[in-house]
Amino acid sequence: MSKKILINGNEFEFEDNLTLIQALEFADIEVPRFCYHDKLSIAGNCRMCLVEVKGAPKPVASCHFSLSDLRPGPNGELPEVFTNTDSVHHARKGAMEFLLVNHPLDCPICDQGGECDLQDQALHYGINKSRYKENKRAVDNKYIGPLVKTTMTRCIHCTRCVRFTSEVAGTGELGAIHRGENMEITTYLEKGMSSELQGNVIDLCPVGALTSKPYEFQARPWELTKTESIDVMDALGSNIRIDSKGSEVMRIMPRFNEDVNEEWISDKTRFIWDGLKSQRIDEPYIRKDGKLVKATWDEALNKVVELVKNTKPSKIGAIAGDMTTAEEMYLMKLLFDKLGTDLYDCRQDGSYITNKFGRASYIFNPSISGIEEADGLVIIGSNPRIECPVLNARIRKRWLTGNLKIFNIGQENDLTYEYIHLGKSPEQINLKSMDINNCKNIIWLIGDDVFTRDDSNDLLSHIVESAKKTNSIRDDWNGLAILHKSASRVAGLDLGFLPEDSKKNAKYIANSKNVDLLFLMDADEIDADNKYKVYIGSHGDKGATSADVILPGACYTEKNGFFMNTEGRLQQINRAVFPPGDAKDNWKIIIELSKRLKKSLNFVSFDDVRKDLQKKFPIFEDVGVIQAADQSQLSKIEIKYPKLNDVEFENSIKDFYLTNPITRASKIMAECSMQKKNNGNING
Amino acid sequence: MVELNDKNFSFTKENLKIAEIEIKKYPEGRGGSAIISLLWIAQKQNEGWLSPEVIDYIAKYLGTSQIRVMEIATFYTMFNLKPVGKYHFQMCGTTPCMLSGSNELKKILQNEIGEQNTVSTDRLFSWVEVECLGACCNAPVVQINDDYYEDLEPTDLINILKDLRNNKTPKIGSYKKRVSSEPVDNNIQTQTDKEIEDIVKRRNKPGLSV
Repeated sequence: MSKKILINGNEFEFEDNLTLIQALEFADIEVPRFCYHDKLSIAGNCRMCLVEVKGAPKPVASCHFSLSDLRPGPNGELPEVFTNTDSVHHARKGAMEFLLVNHPLDCPICDQGGECDLQDQALHYGINKSRYKENKRAVDNKYIGPLVKTTMTRCIHCTRCVRFTSEVAGTGELGAIHRGENMEITTYLEKGMSSELQGNVIDLCPVGALTSKPYEFQARPWELTKTESIDVMDALGSNIRIDSKGSEVMRIMPRFNEDVNEEWISDKTRFIWDGLKSQRIDEPYIRKDGKLVKATWDEALNKVVELVKNTKPSKIGAIAGDMTTAEEMYLMKLLFDKLGTDLYDCRQDGSYITNKFGRASYIFNPSISGIEEADGLVIIGSNPRIECPVLNARIRKRWLTGNLKIFNIGQENDLTYEYIHLGKSPEQINLKSMDINNCKNIIWLIGDDVFTRDDSNDLLSHIVESAKKTNSIRDDWNGLAILHKSASRVAGLDLGFLPEDSKKNAKYIANSKNVDLLFLMDADEIDADNKYKVYIGSHGDKGATSADVILPGACYTEKNGFFMNTEGRLQQINRAVFPPGDAKDNWKIIIELSKRLKKSLNFVSFDDVRKDLQKKFPIFEDVGVIQAADQSQLSKIEIKYPKLNDVEFENSIKDFYLTNPITRASKIMAECSMQKKNNGNING
Repeated sequence: MVELNDKNFSFTKENLKIAEIEIKKYPEGRGGSAIISLLWIAQKQNEGWLSPEVIDYIAKYLGTSQIRVMEIATFYTMFNLKPVGKYHFQMCGTTPCMLSGSNELKKILQNEIGEQNTVSTDRLFSWVEVECLGACCNAPVVQINDDYYEDLEPTDLINILKDLRNNKTPKIGSYKKRVSSEPVDNNIQTQTDKEIEDIVKRRNKPGLSV
């Protein structure tokens, strides 16, 4: 029902299920707040959002007051709310004075300084001296993990962090012990937090009580250059902001995108930045007498040309890694087409996933925001908590609202929500054992690891068949949802960066005797034993150490490019800093190589490449949008009624914190991984 | 040093039954609401205090996180997070008791048992000063485990301590022979007091107030 109210004398109309603070926000009136956060439950304990309601005996907390509770005046006048009167200002000033009673005056040495809610609001509502003569309260700092630094004396007890861990992250690890003046926020017995989303409490904390440990005393917010970009640690494509100072990435923050990551990012996304600075390849290398020796670009490229010329085109292959942009894969594909071979693959985990059955067969069709419309979820061979923590938080958010049936077939893990575990092997994908006939919108969430199995085609056909039987593939709902692990996978499949012959996948290319020369584009998760290897990438990891020629490339923070996330949404990364040393943009390397091979790709600028890509693949035209997949192509999947075996589903990610070369170069990630192994304790 | 209780705490059969009854008082899936009752049962079973093992056990038993249990256990003063003696004294130090001589009792406890929140060497006694126990009429009051000992003179408390040491059960309740909170000399006058009668009469007259 809509309701008319007067705000500061102006008439507005809102739905009456809003709270007052939401209505005021719609009316573009700023209300100061500490404890209220629109993604968390309402606590109403900071008292900063007080407003005056006509007829009410005292100021009301607008975060806690529903529009439907506003009463009309005695003669039926519209209910009236004031936010700019003296009494409101006085009330807020009073609340602020109480908040500042025990808050230390350490802004100059506080990391939150410059982006602190308390600091900003004290400017408007604070009084310039304290009437409090007694001693201030001091609280011991707590150890809550390697990522979040605590200065608990600064805490104003808004309990946003407590609500976040119990509602969004689902681990419920933070809590408030003792009471009154002795209240303290802590984890149980100061154990490190185990959530993959714990870094978000840093953003949530309105004061400097919880700050980033790795970023401690590194920079001030006003010194940082902010670049909007996309995360590539998982296939969700979280929207991020890269904060850089000079040539260094100082930190990574989430950006608001309701359809993708809301406003959360995983710890891997947030704290990866120290990995961008270590183990970097900043010069070309050539292997001479078994040892990698520094070389010039000229020497290195000529060496590659020599290797290509000495190898039959049909014996040359290329594998793209998980963080390769669409443009790079596109250029490599063009180059290989000119060489006359199609032994390239974007599926370095040896997956058999293919683009032959249309786009609907390899993306997360219901879309991430579509999870909130689902009433049934079948998870097959996936651990979304590890593979995509933010998406998992979305499932949990949906689960908390009730009426969501969740079934899991695969390894039994703590997913932060309850599910019915049907078994560990494909045998159990059986509609009879699932009670989902009454569900309307069912999501069939298929893990990436399912496609690395030999029986993946049979399984896909069986799952599609089951989905059709439960009417979860229809015009207004496509429940087939593939959860990828690799950021570049969907774009690679869209581009067709995979060989025609479905048997010749990355595993074949890397291990076959028929492939003598292999190009590894940021691909470090694959064991290749080809005769010669050329590594184009940024980090000295597995791929580089065994390579014969290393061409130093750029990281995702140092280049531009397109990524398709797991739901098929096109997003672009933007350069925040330049690659270190002699390293170059990857697209330039491939162009240069093509020139020297006399197979010249005629692109002058990056825009040329992008335009050409968009011309050939119109799907890359609209940034930020999902191109709906044509589900009629799913009928190409042969329905085989296969015999399902009892080989257990495996999760290939054993350690959330160490999944790609950047994470393995990061000290912070190593620390997190260690603490996870030690079950939350600092030193085992 | 006080030894820790045996590492693995679990409810006895009888207590499990009580716990189930407590949980059933709440809607299904809301068993977490029974934290206080379960902690209370557990504290009784665990010699009067809640060890980390107990908190672990209750969290697991209710399927919630340990910090949720810890929040409750630290909020209420009735839960002890440190070991206590076999007889745990809670001495009221709030104004009425203090005026009636609780400071004397405090000194006795300090001498006989030791500092607050420590357990005596024989592990029999521990004491703590608490806020109002709600029995001000019979001040000063000391609560020993579950029972109130009221109208205590210093000698009474010394005798109680002696009795407890000798494994005797001291008398519960008032030490001035009161049944409840009537006047000490048992001269109940409230109903016969003339003045009060007058007040009541005046109040019943319409249009007048006291």
